[in-house]
Amino acid sequence: MIYARGLVKRFGDFTAVDGIDLEVAPGEAFGFLGPNGAGKSSTMRMISCVSLPTAGELRILGMDPARDGTRIRGRLGVCPQLDTLDPDLNVRENLTTYARYFGISRAEARRRADELLEFARLTEKAASPVEPLSGGMKRRLTIARALVNEPDLVLLDEPTTGLDPQARHLLWERLFRLKQRGTTLVLTTHYMDEAEQLCDRLVVMDGGRIVAEGSPRSLIETYSTPEVVELRFGLEELDGYAGKLEGIGERLDVLPDRILLYAPDGDGAAAEVHRRGVNPSSVLVRRSSLEDVFLHLTGRTLVD
Amino acid sequence: MAHPTVAVLERHLTLYRRLWRASVFGSFVLPVLFLLSIGVGVGGYVGDVGGVSYLAWIVPGVMASSAFQMAAGESTYPVFGDFRWTRAYHAARATPVGVPDILRGWMLYILIRVLVNALVFLGVTALFGALHSPLAVLAPLACGLLGVAVSAPITAFAATIGHDSYFALLFRFVMMPSTLFAGVFFPLEQLPDWLEPVAMASPLWHAVELCRAATLGAATAWPAWLHAAYLLAWAAGGFAWAVRAFRKRLED
Ligand SMILES: Nc1ncnc2c1ncn2[C@@H]1O[C@H](COP(=O)(O)OP(=O)(O)O)[C@@H](O)[C@H]1O
Ligand SMILES: [Mg+2]
Repeated sequence: MIYARGLVKRFGDFTAVDGIDLEVAPGEAFGFLGPNGAGKSSTMRMISCVSLPTAGELRILGMDPARDGTRIRGRLGVCPQLDTLDPDLNVRENLTTYARYFGISRAEARRRADELLEFARLTEKAASPVEPLSGGMKRRLTIARALVNEPDLVLLDEPTTGLDPQARHLLWERLFRLKQRGTTLVLTTHYMDEAEQLCDRLVVMDGGRIVAEGSPRSLIETYSTPEVVELRFGLEELDGYAGKLEGIGERLDVLPDRILLYAPDGDGAAAEVHRRGVNPSSVLVRRSSLEDVFLHLTGRTLVD
Repeated sequence: MAHPTVAVLERHLTLYRRLWRASVFGSFVLPVLFLLSIGVGVGGYVGDVGGVSYLAWIVPGVMASSAFQMAAGESTYPVFGDFRWTRAYHAARATPVGVPDILRGWMLYILIRVLVNALVFLGVTALFGALHSPLAVLAPLACGLLGVAVSAPITAFAATIGHDSYFALLFRFVMMPSTLFAGVFFPLEQLPDWLEPVAMASPLWHAVELCRAATLGAATAWPAWLHAAYLLAWAAGGFAWAVRAFRKRLED
């Protein structure tokens, strides 16, 4: 579906994407995980054949974006990071107008619009203008619109950023349905839980480079421990405690507001903390997540 | 299968169906009021110009200048907004629709708007008895050509600027003087000699000449084909500039 080697995107002197390699297979749900400015959108724009790579090799659906851009775009569904809905058209017209861009007949456009409104749970809103819709509804409409040409590959740039938890869960559920139908999904996110929920495989991006690749599970296994203990200590300096905790678990990270201990057995590690006479104001034992992977790889937390 | 250019045109027409009521006043009612006050009112004092009533003399001028205003107005905020606010161009660019399709569809839309407007205006002025030649039916074509000649470069301009405050400058220092000095309200010869070539540079003057020749059956200042060629050159140059500006904006 996607094949990239040494993909580079520069804007003037600035290198936004700095030589990445990718392969995405049919039916896969593939994710780019990374903080703002990592180069996720720049990569997505190259994959969606609107911006050409500065250097490197890129093939989408077996074709070359520089030569076959139009044909490739005809088979992609793109949900951009910023909404591009027509505020002066109603919900339904947003779908039918867009369908016409793909050369779909008017009758077929109407049929697909009905089907997609159903899928996006927007049937009741069909005649409503776009403006009064909630953020979640707009996002669902954007995704519905991206499906209007029955694409082989769906690209979603931060599909749930800015949505409240309920709207996110509904959206995840819809995307999960797509995935079950066998649609190839490529999405970017800076949410760990989203990547864990939706992606079979993902790459972690930072500063225009890929710093790790694998399934959510394998990344956690490689770059973290099964469990993590979070220790908080009121307002005191944390560095003093770090020395005393040395050697508990496999690794330790000192963050501005807490200390993380990486251990195969979280409860055991927590007991050891108390045995050494250290008394944090709170102790939380939890399963390791991609957040920990990211922290380990880059030394920074993901959402700040 | 519909051509992508047609799909782009359809979007504009669908939007227009929603917004036409608001635009009718500005694009049609206003010029008619204008005609009544200046043509009939001022005309009473002015008497005849070039052997016809002042009203009949300014009808083609007002017709061309209303096409000019409409094409220019439509190409400012709506174009800027489709980049900045609705991001409709970005949406279209993510499909098989290319930049030339986006612009061709847009030019067709402007052409249709200007033509319809000019035809209705022509019908009304016929009732005033202001048309003196059957060639008058050709005047809307000159307006359509003017519309594209003006819309193309302004569309490119709107795609280039980073802030919409530039439009105020465009209206104040380009559009207004063009309307006042392009032979709409008085013959170009009334201008000081040094100003005449400046007025002649404006596409509006060329369309006014063509429209006036059509409604009055009079001769044009230059051969008619030369006026038309001048307008075509603006249209072609503006289109090329717009393609470049849109590419830069959408495909970096
Ligand atoms: N058109 C552009 N011109 C200049 N710089 C850009 C452009 N697009 C993105 N960038 C820069 O490239 C970097 C990566 O941006 P982006 O790909 O949007 O990252 P992400 O989507 O991961 O937040 C950022 O520092 C951004 O400022
Ligand atoms: Mg982004």
